[in-house]
Amino acid sequence: MHEMSVALSVVDQVEQAARPGGARGVRRVTVEIGELAGVVPGALAFCFELACAGTLLEGAELVTRSVPGRAACAPCGRAWDTGMPPDMICAGCRGGATGLLSGRDLRITEVHWSALPTAPDPTPVPRHQEN
Amino acid sequence: MCRTVDLRQAVLAKNTMAARVLRAELTARGTTVVNLLSSPGSGKTALLERELLLARERGVATAALTADLATENDATRLARSGVPVKQVLTDGLCHLEADMLAGHLHDWLPDPTRLLFVENVGNLVCPASYDLGESLRVVLASVTEGEDKPLKYPTAFGLAQLVIVTKSDLAGPAAFDEAAFRAHVQRVNPGVEVVLTSVRTGEGAGILLDRALAAADGGSVHAPVMARAGA
Repeated sequence: MHEMSVALSVVDQVEQAARPGGARGVRRVTVEIGELAGVVPGALAFCFELACAGTLLEGAELVTRSVPGRAACAPCGRAWDTGMPPDMICAGCRGGATGLLSGRDLRITEVHWSALPTAPDPTPVPRHQEN
Repeated sequence: MCRTVDLRQAVLAKNTMAARVLRAELTARGTTVVNLLSSPGSGKTALLERELLLARERGVATAALTADLATENDATRLARSGVPVKQVLTDGLCHLEADMLAGHLHDWLPDPTRLLFVENVGNLVCPASYDLGESLRVVLASVTEGEDKPLKYPTAFGLAQLVIVTKSDLAGPAAFDEAAFRAHVQRVNPGVEVVLTSVRTGEGAGILLDRALAAADGGSVHAPVMARAGA
């Protein structure tokens, strides 16, 4: 079960983002989980609670949002929900999808800090590119 | 004062970055990594034993790293081929990550090594999410596992650049429906190559080595749709 590794990554990244802003606590973290990301939301929630213990995130709530898998066929101009297990074959031309529009996402989207000092904007947060 | 901030960060960004760095470093050393994924018992080690022997016979500088939760049995088996082998014990962790692999290669990977085969922990779920800096990702399934394996583990099969069916000598007794298996693979990963192998009969001998060498030579490698951004 790699959800523990994922949970530890979330805690690590939120703590790093919190440091420059001087946040004293985290109330809520929102994570988007793609249908094809291979992560089980329930298992992640369980691990998240354990991973938060003794950190700035202790007691934080995890909100997960599911992102459906969507594939596209460029020649046909079609896009469809892949479903699970995913169907990557275009119903129009019976060819393979040419790209995935969404569904592999595994991303921290929002953090709700519980207390901030008087400082202005908490961070310039580094933006990471999806692979 | 409470505040919500938009924090658009990929959770696995750290691993992705570590994998990119490792891939670049190994490429500079002339080493190509092949990442092997399968369920426990699919025959990764048996196939590798054969392919490592062939690599040695052909004079290809090859090394292998094998990961398990416990025991050094696989390293002992692979080392009989005569190529450098390293056993990694993950202490319960179900997959390898890029920085773990980099740590194990440091001070061990012989120079020169053209091909490094990484036998991941037997598991079709977790290892699928972690790029190890490989240039070729291979997913194996044995004929006894059922034709619907690609549908049950779509992320693993969906990200494969080569699918190897093992134990083809047992296809008859196992009533393996090859056409159905191929159709299921194509549904989650259109265009990926599927090859049949058996270490008993010799079917498909050398295919893994050939595909690894092709990847090492910069030949085109299948790009799974699941790994491609939108059209």
